[in-house]
Amino acid sequence: MSVYINADTKVIVQGITGETALFHTKQMLEYGTKIVAGVTPGKGGQEIEGVPVFNTVEEAVQETGANVSVIYVPAPFAADAIMEAVDAELDLTICITEHIPVLDMVKVKRYMEGKKTRLVGPNCPGVITADECKIGIMPGYIHTKGHVGVVSRSGTLTYEAVHQLTQAGIGQSTAVGIGGDPVNGTNFIDVLSEFNNDPETYAVVMIGEIGGTAEEEAAEWIKANMTKPVVGFIGGQTAPPGKRMGHAGAIISGGKGTAKEKIKAMNNAGIEVAATPSVIGETLIKVLKEKGLYEKCKTH
Amino acid sequence: MNIHEYQGKEILRKYGVAVPNGKVAFSPEEAVKVAKELGSNVIVVKAQIHAGGRGKAGGVKIAKNLEEVRTYAKELLGKILVTHQTGPEGKEIKRLYIEEGSDIKKEYYLSFVLDRATSRVTLMGSEEGGMDIEEVAETSPEKIFKEVIDPVTGLLPFQARRMAFNMNIPAKLVNKASKLMLGLYQAFVEKDASILEINPLVVTGNDEVVALDAKFNFDANALYRHKDIVELRDYDEEDPKEIEASKYDLSYIPLDGNIGCMVNGAGLAMATMDTISYYGGKPANFLDVGGGATTEKVTEAFKIILSDPNVKGIFVNIFGGIMKCDVIAEGVITAAKQLGLKVPLVVRLEGTNVDLGKELLNASGLNIVAADSMADGAEKIVELVG
Repeated sequence: MSVYINADTKVIVQGITGETALFHTKQMLEYGTKIVAGVTPGKGGQEIEGVPVFNTVEEAVQETGANVSVIYVPAPFAADAIMEAVDAELDLTICITEHIPVLDMVKVKRYMEGKKTRLVGPNCPGVITADECKIGIMPGYIHTKGHVGVVSRSGTLTYEAVHQLTQAGIGQSTAVGIGGDPVNGTNFIDVLSEFNNDPETYAVVMIGEIGGTAEEEAAEWIKANMTKPVVGFIGGQTAPPGKRMGHAGAIISGGKGTAKEKIKAMNNAGIEVAATPSVIGETLIKVLKEKGLYEKCKTH
Repeated sequence: MNIHEYQGKEILRKYGVAVPNGKVAFSPEEAVKVAKELGSNVIVVKAQIHAGGRGKAGGVKIAKNLEEVRTYAKELLGKILVTHQTGPEGKEIKRLYIEEGSDIKKEYYLSFVLDRATSRVTLMGSEEGGMDIEEVAETSPEKIFKEVIDPVTGLLPFQARRMAFNMNIPAKLVNKASKLMLGLYQAFVEKDASILEINPLVVTGNDEVVALDAKFNFDANALYRHKDIVELRDYDEEDPKEIEASKYDLSYIPLDGNIGCMVNGAGLAMATMDTISYYGGKPANFLDVGGGATTEKVTEAFKIILSDPNVKGIFVNIFGGIMKCDVIAEGVITAAKQLGLKVPLVVRLEGTNVDLGKELLNASGLNIVAADSMADGAEKIVELVG
């Protein structure tokens, strides 16, 4: 078991003919992901890396039975690509694209209301269930199959955490990058509740950063609902206020969204927070041992 | 991206929002000329810098005649204005906004912002105008009202009216106030603003509802479709290193330490700063080279880091996903050779094409200290910088 994606997931790559998409399509295929179709308007009928290309998502779904898409479309056209995936009634669409105008995303969220598709991202590394399905841009080799769920607002910090877990012999169930934008499709609570219901996930690593109050809300939710141990890390403890730290959503404004507040809220909810990203693995192992879960989570 | 008050007001005029008459001036002579044209008994001379709190800091002067306009303009131009938002170093005043005086009866607060919790644009208003809204939120939160806006319909007239009534705007002026709010919303969405704050909005002695200040911030991700807004950018208001970085689509923020950082990914870049601080060092900057970096981009990133005279060492921390380690390695090598690198350099590579990246660095013959992890790299650079 895992969350969102598994060995049976059939994937469409939206924007497959772009340079970045091509590189990562190859990487995903190598990893074993079932990529069944690509979509680039006007390039239907071609074949890329053995994958048939279609003009529309709808056609790709009809021809291949795909249920998930990943979007590498440039920012000016990405919101449209997401809505096309939603219209085609996919279960899940994962948007890797960064720099999408925020008002475009406001429209996308409105469009998605009452529809079945879940959006992960934008501006995210994607989702991976180790040894089964890799959708996105994360390096596959750092992941090991196991029982710890990872959810994060940052791509590279997710790799950092996963790498540490793997080196320490702790495998992962699914790693989900929810992205660094202020308006996104899936939040911490969405993923945490999936992990809570997944019998194969025994513990969760949650990586947040400055800006907004998503971590505080997640901490509240964890306190009330989570039956599995969670450890955390918050990036940006030394970030100055009023400056957008790379991610559109990572800004301390009006004294709100500081790392200090988030860490406090997480500690109050019983979440152990790692002091530096280098000790995320250690911190998790300590908590696993306390809860008697270490042996069950150890993969080698 | 921020713009000046006078530029913001010019945009608002186009959307039918009432603002006092006024014009920008770059010299005392120009200030007097504008004041003469305005022909008002009272003229306001306002410093134009990209920071709030100008009034309290002495950046706004009320002149009764043209001579006073000249005196105040001379006094303000070239002066360093320190407000609670500029930091202790302040900002030099290079532009003035010369505006007719308004007969203010009461001040209010209005703003449009993006609310993350609802993923909607939200209108906020209060009858407590002229002060920091954070302060109002602290002391009297019951006086702040919100209207959440559906992007399909936009701000609806009844919502604007309800806001005006909630703000205790006199009943006979509610229609004027709601028309102004609808104009502001139009400007906000058509120009892809991320913040539009009118503080204060005023009701005048002759029953007009006027935007007395205008603070715009625009979504950097949407600037590609607003050439007119891009033209308003004032490079004097920005750090030259930030300007250079933005040319190459690098995300750079100067800080006051001595360890230069080059990292891929915003989260990892922040965490790298945190880790350097944890080991007792001080980062000189935040720098995210982004996902699609080329060798050229990495070289430019290096140049920008080294143009900061405080930098005594550099830590490159890369965990490649979309970013390939060999591209970073090539960039580092090119930059180090071109610039004749004299400060210690610690490099940590992991992720996509890592072996290729490490090979390139080893074969380069450069004096590069390799690190096994972020912690290892942070410790090493802190030790080398001393």
